[in-house]
Amino acid sequence: MTVDSIAGVDIESNDEGFLVDPHQWNDDVAVELARREGIGPLTDRHWQVIRFMRSEYESKGTGPTVRVLGKTSGVSIKELYQLFPKGPAKLAAKIAGIPKPRGCI
Amino acid sequence: MDRIVILGGGTGGTLTANRLRKMFSPGEASITVVDQDDRHVYQPGLLFVPFGLTQPEDIVRPRGRQFHHGIDVRTNEIHHVDLVAQAVHLADGGELAYDVLVVATGAVLAPEETDGLTGPGWMEKVFTFYTPEGAAALGQALAAFEGGRIVVDVVEMPIKCPVAPLEFCFLADWYFHERGIRDRVELTFVTPLDAAFTKPVAAKRLGGLLEQRGINLVTEFNAGEVDGVGGRLVSFDEREVPFDLAVVIPVHNGASYVTRSEGLGDALGFVVTDEHTLQAAVAPNVFALGDAASLPISKAGSVTHFEGEVLVENVRRFLHGEPMDASYDGHANCFIETGFSKAMLIDFNYDVEPLPGHFPGPMGLPLLKESHLNHLGKLMFQWLYWHSLLPGRDIPGVHSAMPLAGKARQTDTIAGERAS
Repeated sequence: MTVDSIAGVDIESNDEGFLVDPHQWNDDVAVELARREGIGPLTDRHWQVIRFMRSEYESKGTGPTVRVLGKTSGVSIKELYQLFPKGPAKLAAKIAGIPKPRGCI
Repeated sequence: MDRIVILGGGTGGTLTANRLRKMFSPGEASITVVDQDDRHVYQPGLLFVPFGLTQPEDIVRPRGRQFHHGIDVRTNEIHHVDLVAQAVHLADGGELAYDVLVVATGAVLAPEETDGLTGPGWMEKVFTFYTPEGAAALGQALAAFEGGRIVVDVVEMPIKCPVAPLEFCFLADWYFHERGIRDRVELTFVTPLDAAFTKPVAAKRLGGLLEQRGINLVTEFNAGEVDGVGGRLVSFDEREVPFDLAVVIPVHNGASYVTRSEGLGDALGFVVTDEHTLQAAVAPNVFALGDAASLPISKAGSVTHFEGEVLVENVRRFLHGEPMDASYDGHANCFIETGFSKAMLIDFNYDVEPLPGHFPGPMGLPLLKESHLNHLGKLMFQWLYWHSLLPGRDIPGVHSAMPLAGKARQTDTIAGERAS
């Protein structure tokens, strides 16, 4: 657990870099979190995915997996990998300030 | 008289129907089960088919024969559920009205969702062992395999029995050892997860076991394309894993009628279900269990079994107007076959990850550790499945709620491993 000043706010994140309290998140925090992940500047397409992650988390309590994102966010899986390389679901969740998607085990 | 309709005659549907039949007299409730065919596959047995350790016909029995008397079993395809009218519409135009609906139609494989997977090479050098036909075809290919690269790939979670692909790797290691050509076979396990398994302690142990067996591990690989002709898995971020023979676990969806039933399923066709009561989010008189449910726990027979106990009690409570029993804790229990007549056992729930120790108590089977006893347990389980689990009998010492006695708590484990 680390506390860090991000975009002027003291923000607590876990060992993997996910925000502990999703309510501390705002657009400026997203921009800074993205920058730290080597992503930016954030385009409209990035924001479409980030906002979708936020709304899914608010209604369902967990972020979607990449396949669900591809089916429901309006952004194809191929493009998701261009926007958020390596692991779109994980990376977009981190930048959206929500917990790591539970996936299923 | 209340009308209970159960969709699906697999593990969950069968044990639920049989338990409900014992709970309600025929005068209190009618019980109808619908399934599209009469083949009940003992799915844990599929793993053994490719290695010639069992035959497909030995793991399939007629569905109808697994039900107690007084259960109306229909073989028919389901078209959709009308949740407002509380009726199931069948593909032949028939209709079944219900007071309580139980969804137990499992998960279906969708290999066509991955580019190239069902194209050239499918069932020739690209296989899955998740169907009896696929497992049998893979068995022939393995028998003819004289050396080269074998990859085992999980395309995307969730899948049924998430440990099965790992078990396949361990058994393949054993199988080629037995044939005396292990040094000519390169085995690689490819997963979209960031480790061999999701939960940290088990991931570490299983990852260590892969290494010990000389099995390569490729993580965070989301296969976007399977090139059967070129012998390549290609990920969405354009990495490649070459193969001579690929064993692929395709993506899974819920049954297609779920998607046609407005409000019943999520984006993948799994039923959104309360984690603790097994009541569907869409309506209080709809319940779901097993692979059909969208819960943050493994899609596995043991999970279905443990869910069944709580679900059946909640059907009773619903019909009697009582509050729901929110006691399902996410309990899962899986034998992990590791080859050479040994197996591991893992036991966990929503909150407690698989830990070392013993199950169900300090004198029981060893957890997260290879042993011959666990292997025998796995083999014996097939008998228990047909004769205890499906008929709805309790298995001594194995209950819905996960036991903590006998488990080494995580903090102890970490301290112990540091000390060692």
